[in-house]
Amino acid sequence: MDTTIATGTEENVWGGGNRPLGASYGKLMMWFFLLSDALTFSGFLVSYGFARFKFIDSWPIADEVFTHIPFFHGEYPMYYVAFMTFILIMSSVTMVLAVDAGHKMKQNKVIWYMFFTIVGGLIFLGSQAWEWSTFIKGESGGAIETKGGRILHFVDSNTGERIALGDFAKHSPSERIRLQRNEGTWFQSEGYLPSVSVKEVVDGFNATPNVVVRTETTDETGKGKVVLSRDESIKTMKGAKYVVEGANLVHNEYGHRMFADFFFFITGFHGFHVFTGVLINMIIFFNVVLGTYERRGHYEMVEKVGLYWHFVDLVWVFVFTFFYLV
Amino acid sequence: MAHGQNLAIFRGRLKFKSNVQKIWGVLVLLTIVTVVEVFLGISRPAIFEEHHFLGMKLLNWIFITLTLVKGYYITWDFMHMRDEKSSLRRAAIWTPVFLASYLIFILLFEADYVHNVLFQGGYVKWNF
Repeated sequence: MDTTIATGTEENVWGGGNRPLGASYGKLMMWFFLLSDALTFSGFLVSYGFARFKFIDSWPIADEVFTHIPFFHGEYPMYYVAFMTFILIMSSVTMVLAVDAGHKMKQNKVIWYMFFTIVGGLIFLGSQAWEWSTFIKGESGGAIETKGGRILHFVDSNTGERIALGDFAKHSPSERIRLQRNEGTWFQSEGYLPSVSVKEVVDGFNATPNVVVRTETTDETGKGKVVLSRDESIKTMKGAKYVVEGANLVHNEYGHRMFADFFFFITGFHGFHVFTGVLINMIIFFNVVLGTYERRGHYEMVEKVGLYWHFVDLVWVFVFTFFYLV
Repeated sequence: MAHGQNLAIFRGRLKFKSNVQKIWGVLVLLTIVTVVEVFLGISRPAIFEEHHFLGMKLLNWIFITLTLVKGYYITWDFMHMRDEKSSLRRAAIWTPVFLASYLIFILLFEADYVHNVLFQGGYVKWNF
């Protein structure tokens, strides 16, 4: 058996200079960052799954929650989110085209494709802001929360259609106004005052015999919620405690409050990624315009931010499925 | 990408002439998959709603499968995983896939157990 001594000129394990993964340092680090980020998002999505499986009988139906399109009235489930998904995929495509143009050292093409990518990202961010504001304001007509924390919706027992609180609540004159900070004894203030009070809703409910309660419990078909009879509704309404309009981290008019919590955290965390992605894309865009990578001789930086941008798209594909479809 | 580009998808059944053409081809594929998802999400055919597999509606399994298909093409073609060395591919893909599968497995089983204890056993009261 021969023993050989490395001379250092040929490639070997200890001599350095070899690249076992065939990628540059920066690209590898981007991949490993994305790997850790993927685990963070898995943590978020799986905990959402945990909450959902735990409350599987009373989870809100996403089709009923996200039904609006900007500038249009009426119910159009899913279309707007599908549009957002398509915008993000499209901006991913312009990003790959930018990377491809970078490999061919075509500066002008890279500039235009990066520009379209940034525009796509901004459209997505705007759409998400609109989605959030619709969700926070609430568009489904309000709900009653009971002492036990259950959410009650109201339907017309003749037609089976949802009724908004304002449609049957008995408007009684009240001097109750939102407490401002400068009027409170201890400088207290109120976040918001619902458009109707609990008393008005209960009075209106008792006076209108065709209004019945729709509970959070999913019915046997799995497509709808259990609607109570008038007698049971009256019994349930005795526990009425709050009027809930819209959603925040504590109350949620659409159903289980954890749905709103996860919605804010997951889409918020993803939106934050999109936001930073747009910022990084802008930095790289200006570098391309200034000719930094032309002088450097390669456009690898475009490829690296491209990886981040595609990852944001990848995560959205999963968020879309688990929040809006499943 | 230093090692040249692989221009075929579907295990070599569909070959593209250039990288740009492949990008548009993948976009068409992703769009078709998204349209199918949205169509199924709105129509919710009864046949997929009624049948269950491993405790979940068939429809949900279809959505998850289609999502994984989309994820595969985004990673392989947009993020150029197809052109990377297999060692990088395994390090960056199989690690999170393995860890996430494990997490999904333990947490969803636990959630199902908690649901059974709390709600089948009647230990939760909502009116007080």
